[in-house]
Amino acid sequence: MNEIIVMILTTIGALFVLSTALAMVRKRDVYLRINVTTKTATLGLGLILGAAMFYFNEYSVTTRVLATIIFVGLTAPIGGHMLARAAYINKTEKWEGMKIDDLAGQYDPKKDILHSEDMNTKFEPPTDYDQPSTK
Amino acid sequence: MSIADYYNFVIIPILGLSVILVFIRFLRGPSIADRVISLDMLILMAIGIVVIYSIIHNQSTFLDIAMLFALIAFLGTVAFAYYLEERRKRDE
Repeated sequence: MNEIIVMILTTIGALFVLSTALAMVRKRDVYLRINVTTKTATLGLGLILGAAMFYFNEYSVTTRVLATIIFVGLTAPIGGHMLARAAYINKTEKWEGMKIDDLAGQYDPKKDILHSEDMNTKFEPPTDYDQPSTK
Repeated sequence: MSIADYYNFVIIPILGLSVILVFIRFLRGPSIADRVISLDMLILMAIGIVVIYSIIHNQSTFLDIAMLFALIAFLGTVAFAYYLEERRKRDE
């Protein structure tokens, strides 16, 4: 009975990881890919680690697994947020089908501040795009 | 069918296929942010593979290495994001 629970949890987690890996190839934009990654961290890895917790069934393993789940679930969205902010400030390419840019007119490139409301700064949202690395 | 056979023949190939797909994005990625985020995801999937191996071989000691990988993934992503912002400031 315990093994069946372990198998089911691991299968769902592995299928989730596979779906996000497929989305990493198929999505068209850096921001969409960053959005996808945190799902692997929270749900896919959470289920696989939870399967280990059910399999070993000891206190030492359970505390380690819970610490890992909490750590990954906290830090993966923070890292994704920091990377998306760096990519936006770096004028990374947007998908041309993107309709709403909530940060347009909020970044001040002179003072290097990202305001939380519309301040009508002169930073154009990155539509005219060149590779920042080829400068 | 024991649990080790199931993991060896079903779960490990699924995770290996997803590692290959993410590695394609790591090689192709147009910008640096793509490469950084796919590196982050490769390390996160390595955590999953380590956990699967610890279940197969019945060794709970491997879970320490999974925790270490989580730390390294977070530090690497934050360091690269900081580097991207600072590099743009230096260019101007």
